[in-house]
Amino acid sequence: MTQMTFARAINAGLRKSLENDPKVILMGEDIGTLGGVFRVTDGLQKDFGTHRVVDTPLAESAIMGTAVGLAYRGYRPVVEIQFDGFIYPAFDQIVSQVAKLHYRTQGAVKMPITVRVPFGGGIGSPEHHSESPEAYFTHTSGLRVVAVSNPQDAHTVIQQAIASDDPVLYFEPKRRYHDKGEVDEAVDLSTALPMDRARVVAEGTDVTLVAYGPLVKTARDAATAASDEGVSIEVIDLRSLAPVDYATVEASLRKTGRLVITHEAGQSGGLGAEVAASITERCFYHLEAAPVRITGFDIPYPYSKLEMHHLPGLDRILDGVDRALGRPNSLSGLEG
Amino acid sequence: MSTDETGHGGTNAEGPGNSAGIHGSGRYLIQLVTPAGERISHPEFDPWVQDISDEQLCSLYEDMAAVRRIDVEATALQRQGELALWPPLLGQEASQVGAGRALREDDFVFSSYRENGVAYCRGVDLTDIIRVWRGNASSGWDPYTINMATPQIIIGAQTLHATGYAMGIQNDGADSVAVTFFGDGATSEGDVNEAMVFAASFQAPVVFFCQNNHWAISEPVRLQSHIQLADRATGFGIPSLRVDGNDVLAVMAATRVALDRARRGGGPTFIEAVTYRMGPHTTADDPTRYRDANELEDWAAKDPIARVKSLLERKGLLTENLQQHVQDKADAVAREMRAGCTNMPDPEPLDIFKHVYSSPNSWLDRQQDHYSRYLASFGDPAGANSPEGAH
Repeated sequence: MTQMTFARAINAGLRKSLENDPKVILMGEDIGTLGGVFRVTDGLQKDFGTHRVVDTPLAESAIMGTAVGLAYRGYRPVVEIQFDGFIYPAFDQIVSQVAKLHYRTQGAVKMPITVRVPFGGGIGSPEHHSESPEAYFTHTSGLRVVAVSNPQDAHTVIQQAIASDDPVLYFEPKRRYHDKGEVDEAVDLSTALPMDRARVVAEGTDVTLVAYGPLVKTARDAATAASDEGVSIEVIDLRSLAPVDYATVEASLRKTGRLVITHEAGQSGGLGAEVAASITERCFYHLEAAPVRITGFDIPYPYSKLEMHHLPGLDRILDGVDRALGRPNSLSGLEG
Repeated sequence: MSTDETGHGGTNAEGPGNSAGIHGSGRYLIQLVTPAGERISHPEFDPWVQDISDEQLCSLYEDMAAVRRIDVEATALQRQGELALWPPLLGQEASQVGAGRALREDDFVFSSYRENGVAYCRGVDLTDIIRVWRGNASSGWDPYTINMATPQIIIGAQTLHATGYAMGIQNDGADSVAVTFFGDGATSEGDVNEAMVFAASFQAPVVFFCQNNHWAISEPVRLQSHIQLADRATGFGIPSLRVDGNDVLAVMAATRVALDRARRGGGPTFIEAVTYRMGPHTTADDPTRYRDANELEDWAAKDPIARVKSLLERKGLLTENLQQHVQDKADAVAREMRAGCTNMPDPEPLDIFKHVYSSPNSWLDRQQDHYSRYLASFGDPAGANSPEGAH
């Protein structure tokens, strides 16, 4: 076990993938000499060369489109999109090509492309640097979408994503890059929890609180705070956003009967809606209350002075927990 | 060889109609055979086709005739309700066969949906050509069996794939080439421009083969560009050639020049093959709504197959035997394709779930399970007898 930051844990995972498979190739803007604007690829070009760690011209569609061509040729490209809000020029290549080519070719052409996306807010950035675009991609069949929440998962899942023959969008919570944690670099990928599985990160009996990416830490803090008031929250880190591991969520819900889902992305059409609908379909008769969503608002990401109003924090989550429990809360007395 | 040398090395100005409304360098077209079938000498490009024997010339004619016959047959199949749609390539046979026949087996093609002539040259199974257009598949063939990617419908997207593939070739230290085919309309797409940026930046072994057939559905090429398309490449630092796309020898020579440069580490080349889409955009299109019949007549006089026939005649090669042989070949190809089409089994309902992912996916597996139960509720697991609405 080594103590390392979130960013360093990804870096170490990328390094192992580069070492283990000569077909792995990293591409992106400023990932070489600079080591990425968040330094996630620090030192990799120096050690693996400019043909394995490629600084590309500034064209996201081209980064993604050339990754498709490399995948055709048998490579495993790992693409860095510098910031969440810069992914949209690549949207067509991701949705029409990366996601569909395996299907379109009846399985003949594999697209083992990993797209790394620093996402989410909370770092005081100007616009287009704090977005949570994951639902665009969870809605796109053919893609696997994961969001990591801690250094160990970041390290393990990046390697699982690269090893996957399916394309994977790998969302990195940029406000957690400097968080430190113990990382087992000798982790055995074949016995580690598969990347499409959720994990119960805090056990509880009263409410199931589902989170992913940057809000897992907030959710755990909320659980700790709630326990002081005698409320037992079970926190689930979804890890995989497409597909969602409903078996794990369902097992928890059958125990607690109450569901709160939280994410930074806007509410309408988001992951929370998907989880709420699916869980309601699957275990309606185990629900004691309507599912509650504590999410960002349906607004463009706000200017940073006000971003903490947009981002679900510990208190808003606990307010939602109170709602799920039928305890007094900010919406008490309101119907619906 | 620089772009300028290429342009000034030409001996034949393009005829009226080729450049209507387009400003630019007024570059000459590279031409080795005139519309009347006269072989004219071209010191710079002659060497690139000097190995083409009489026999090979006849076989180029045969391929062009077969490709045209495929096109006519597929159009007929569409009219008869056997195909949902077909994108004709009528008039572009020299561009596609000239380029297709210049390629090596280990080169890799990334095309649009109209390059069925190139696919023919790559040795595609004739049934596979029409699989997509019958609605039986999204890709007619396994790209690795003929080294040609699944046809691309998103305009210009494939140029990036070719460039990435070429970067892979470069990494592998191989001397094969990625060749991408696209049309005049595609040159306006961001992807095509970004592909040229990347190709130039990495000096990737890729050939950008643009068939300027003058029409992007109803939009004339002058709406896409106020300079000649070949000149667009110059701004990216990519050498370009402008070739008579209805002259199979000139197209082959230009393609070989570009391939040779790429194989020897010289990076990308852009080829503008000036040709004409004699038919509609697809069988769903009606070009009489937007284009002048006179223009069609002008181009009919430059027909690529008539041209190669005239050349063969001048050389005394257009024997009755040859014509019979070519006719038989074209008929056989058409027969085989038609049989492949009408005998093609319908896909099974549950096939829609196949190959979305390469490994199990809990979301999709559940949906498939539920849908198979639904189909089974009609008492027929395959769903063959379920009502139309179940499909």
